[in-house]
Amino acid sequence: MNPFSSGTRLRDMIRAIRACKTAAEERAVVRKECAAIRAAINENDQDYRHRNLAKLMFIHMLGYPTHFGQMECLKLIASTGFPEKRIGYLGLMLLLDERQEVLMLVTNSLKQDLNHSNQYIVGLALCALGNISSAEMARDLAPDVERLLQFRDPNIRKKAALCSKRIIKKVPDLAENFMNPASSLLKEKHHGVLITGVQLCTDLCKVSSEALEYFRENCIEGLVKTLRDIANSPYSPEYDIAGITDPFLHIRLLKLLRILGQGDADASDCMTDILAQVASRTESNKNAGNAILYECVETIMSIEDNGGLRVLAINILGRFLSNRDNNIRYVGLNMLMKAIMVDAKAVQRHRATILECVKDSDASIQKRALELVYLLVNESNVKPLTKELIEYLEVSDQEFKGDITAKICSLVEKFSPAKIWYIDQMLKVLSEAGNFVKDEVWHALIIVISNASDLHGYTVRALYRVFQASTEQESLVRVAVWCVGEYGDMLVNNVGMLDIEEPITVTESDAVDAMEVAIKCQRLGLTTKAMALIALFKLSSRFPSCSERIKDIIVQNKRSLVLELQQRSIEFSCILQKHQNIRSALVERMPILDEKTFSGRKAGSLPTAVSTSSIIPCNLPNGIGKPAAAPIGDLLDLSSDDAPPAPVSSGGDFLQDLLGVDLSPASAPSGTSQSPKTGTDVLLDLLSIGTSPSVQSSSSAIDILSSSHDNKAPVSNLNGLASHSSLSANATSPASSAGMMDLLDGTGAITQKHEENGPAYPSLVAYESSTLRMTFNFSRQPGNPQTTFIQATFTNLSPNVYNDFLFQAAVPKFLQLHLDPASSNTLPASGNGSITQCLKVTNTQHGKKLNRLEACWGSIALSSNHFGNFEYFGQGYIWHV
Amino acid sequence: MIKAVMVMNTQGKSRLAKFYEYLSVEKQQELIRGVFSVLCSRAENVSNFIDAESIFGLDSRLVYKHFATLYFVFVFDSSENELAVLDLIQDVLPSVFVETLDKCFQNVCELDIVFNYSKIHTILDEMVFGGQVVETSSSEIMKAVEEISKLEAASNAISLIPKSASGWRSR
Repeated sequence: MNPFSSGTRLRDMIRAIRACKTAAEERAVVRKECAAIRAAINENDQDYRHRNLAKLMFIHMLGYPTHFGQMECLKLIASTGFPEKRIGYLGLMLLLDERQEVLMLVTNSLKQDLNHSNQYIVGLALCALGNISSAEMARDLAPDVERLLQFRDPNIRKKAALCSKRIIKKVPDLAENFMNPASSLLKEKHHGVLITGVQLCTDLCKVSSEALEYFRENCIEGLVKTLRDIANSPYSPEYDIAGITDPFLHIRLLKLLRILGQGDADASDCMTDILAQVASRTESNKNAGNAILYECVETIMSIEDNGGLRVLAINILGRFLSNRDNNIRYVGLNMLMKAIMVDAKAVQRHRATILECVKDSDASIQKRALELVYLLVNESNVKPLTKELIEYLEVSDQEFKGDITAKICSLVEKFSPAKIWYIDQMLKVLSEAGNFVKDEVWHALIIVISNASDLHGYTVRALYRVFQASTEQESLVRVAVWCVGEYGDMLVNNVGMLDIEEPITVTESDAVDAMEVAIKCQRLGLTTKAMALIALFKLSSRFPSCSERIKDIIVQNKRSLVLELQQRSIEFSCILQKHQNIRSALVERMPILDEKTFSGRKAGSLPTAVSTSSIIPCNLPNGIGKPAAAPIGDLLDLSSDDAPPAPVSSGGDFLQDLLGVDLSPASAPSGTSQSPKTGTDVLLDLLSIGTSPSVQSSSSAIDILSSSHDNKAPVSNLNGLASHSSLSANATSPASSAGMMDLLDGTGAITQKHEENGPAYPSLVAYESSTLRMTFNFSRQPGNPQTTFIQATFTNLSPNVYNDFLFQAAVPKFLQLHLDPASSNTLPASGNGSITQCLKVTNTQHGKKLNRLEACWGSIALSSNHFGNFEYFGQGYIWHV
Repeated sequence: MIKAVMVMNTQGKSRLAKFYEYLSVEKQQELIRGVFSVLCSRAENVSNFIDAESIFGLDSRLVYKHFATLYFVFVFDSSENELAVLDLIQDVLPSVFVETLDKCFQNVCELDIVFNYSKIHTILDEMVFGGQVVETSSSEIMKAVEEISKLEAASNAISLIPKSASGWRSR
């Protein structure tokens, strides 16, 4: 009985389920049905078996468990009637999967049905096999499927071809068996067989390189001819889609040609003519035609280079972008994204069209177009493209603003030709969509502003203007507040006026008004208010005339319910009232924030091996990147990571104690020019173990705010060595120190460079005093970069002879030191001769990231029992790893 | 490769679901719901393609077409041509359905699909085979489906009386 026409029960069940008003009702109906079906299964009811399974399939579609029906499928498949088998196979495909053991049981039935005399039963078996075949089944049944590739009926041949495809996907080893039959399928005239044959060949090429070679040699010409035939063939209604002859076969052929042409110049040559023909003659006003063009473009892009064809292909994509159909624009953009890797120049020509797509009404097209524009931008076109994008920002949808601002910011940062342009663009973006940008963006802007010393005045005035216009965009307000705090005097006095600027008159009290607005505005967040409070505090010394008013505003916040603001205002007002003497130093302008450190931090990676930076911005609760100047960071390359301030300072103290060298931060009032030099100074100090007591007693506001990280007076820590300091700075030129720094380097790149150039390091005066000079000569064996040989030469500069001269050295744990015996233990006086001694230092952690502090020092002890006493010479910095 | 074919109505009720990779029933339902939640929030005048990677994992695309009260959805990977799959949905599939179901597809399609559930599966199996498009000519597909219907009718005619009679007794 047919379960779908005369048997009413299936229909009744579907009606009953459709009539359900609630999910609970539906569950009840399904539960009842399932119970009835289970009962029927238990009774082994044969007559309704296929109808029950049909019901189960429907129930399965609704998402209910139907596993109990699996064995019924097998029984139906094993039965003789066609309707039973049909439902059985349908159920098999829906309810079972290849992972289930039940499949083992079905293999035999499948084998029988593949050899059945009724071709429709063979068709059913093939279909099931093609859908659910496991690797074991594929092995077992492959010979039967292979035989069916030559079956007389084309419908079976095409199914067998796709079934073979499944088989070789499951068991790639079987690919070899299918190569010959597959290539004969390519000569078929029947459309269905041909299209599936092409698919089978495509998959064979993917799984087996042998097959790929075979088809390249034997089939390319045939395929090209087939493609030419269908491209030129007149109208054939059978396989027509909207007037285009058989687009599906076109596409399959183009796909196969793509695989054959990829990486093979000869094969690519064979197909260029037909590709050019398809690309230029296919009608593009129908979806089907565009589908062919799209596939053709992809093939042209993938096969070996043919400049002319690629330009043609990219022009087709350009045409896609101006198509009225959304779908065509969508795929066009997708493909251009791939094409940009192949030929960026050709894609550039369609920039204007792509830019139009950013303004598309379809959000997914917008998004893709924006991605593409982002990829297209380079130094030469950044200005017009950014202008377009910013203009569009004004009219774009709210949801899209986040994406678009992120892209603009990243572009502006990456390709900015000049700082003033960068600042201008960022101000535009912030004033348009400041609420959509991430914190990093405005942090970066502040750093750039801080570095552009000639633009401080210009920037603060521009920011003041936009601030006056609107306080809607919070991140803009923050930047403005920061700048007014730092450069308020420039705002009022019109310092550094540029020609392009319009003059603006701002009084001191106007500027204070602005900050007060920021503090009192309800809409703005805590961070902004805290920043405004700091700005006011800074202004208190910039604008003496307003200091009383500023004090009032600060005092008002003492009662703030927000702890952060309250604490800040109490601290500030305390400073204003009681500590006038330090105030001016506290509110100094921040030293220039270092861009490299910031970008390195942002990227989460280390900057170049020896960073020249000397400032570590650390984020304190108020959200401002405060610089904590630490020249030691320079020396030890500590600045690169997100090293918190505490270890740095302790490291500093440690070294201070150890080496007795001034390591206090270079945040001197004049600040700016000093910092780059400081690193070298310290190095010099270290190497010569002397001091240039350039004690920076002043401490900037930053230091106090950043928990006074290093304000010790280092002089007190100097050990007795200071007396030895006949400083000879010339002995340790920056060049030699740099060489030394790299010597035991932890970074592989530098090692390689040295290895290529051969080991040549400048010799180094490692220690020099009025009595003794120690020179190190370095060498390294090629192929053994871990080990450094140091030849130490000691010269006695004093008038006395040193007896029992002893050189000792200590190194961190990860280094191994081997000391050879010295050439002598007596060191003649007055430079009349010397002692040499060889040291072998092996870096066991070569190339690894090291604990930076340890990595950088070794200590040396020199002693001699001159006059019977051991004399302790001191410790020194020898190597940097 | 085509990963899944789904038909669902505008209320999110699944009307046909065929997955060409094995998925548990729960997972299938989850995907159907996921697809529906994306589809029902799409505007009218946008493209028929959706980035389906968030629902189906990497390398998946989705093409859908909205006919009357039904969404037709094909999910496939990058080895298929999006525009061709769209042609399959909007040209081949409707014409096959219209002619085989003998009714105006645009108007009554949903009920037809519900009640001719297994016939729809047969049609689909003649068109998509194990995730691959096997036949694109609607007349070829129809020929095959008609042959199968004839075979069913023939065997039913022979076994009609005894089967229904015995079935009646056993109930």
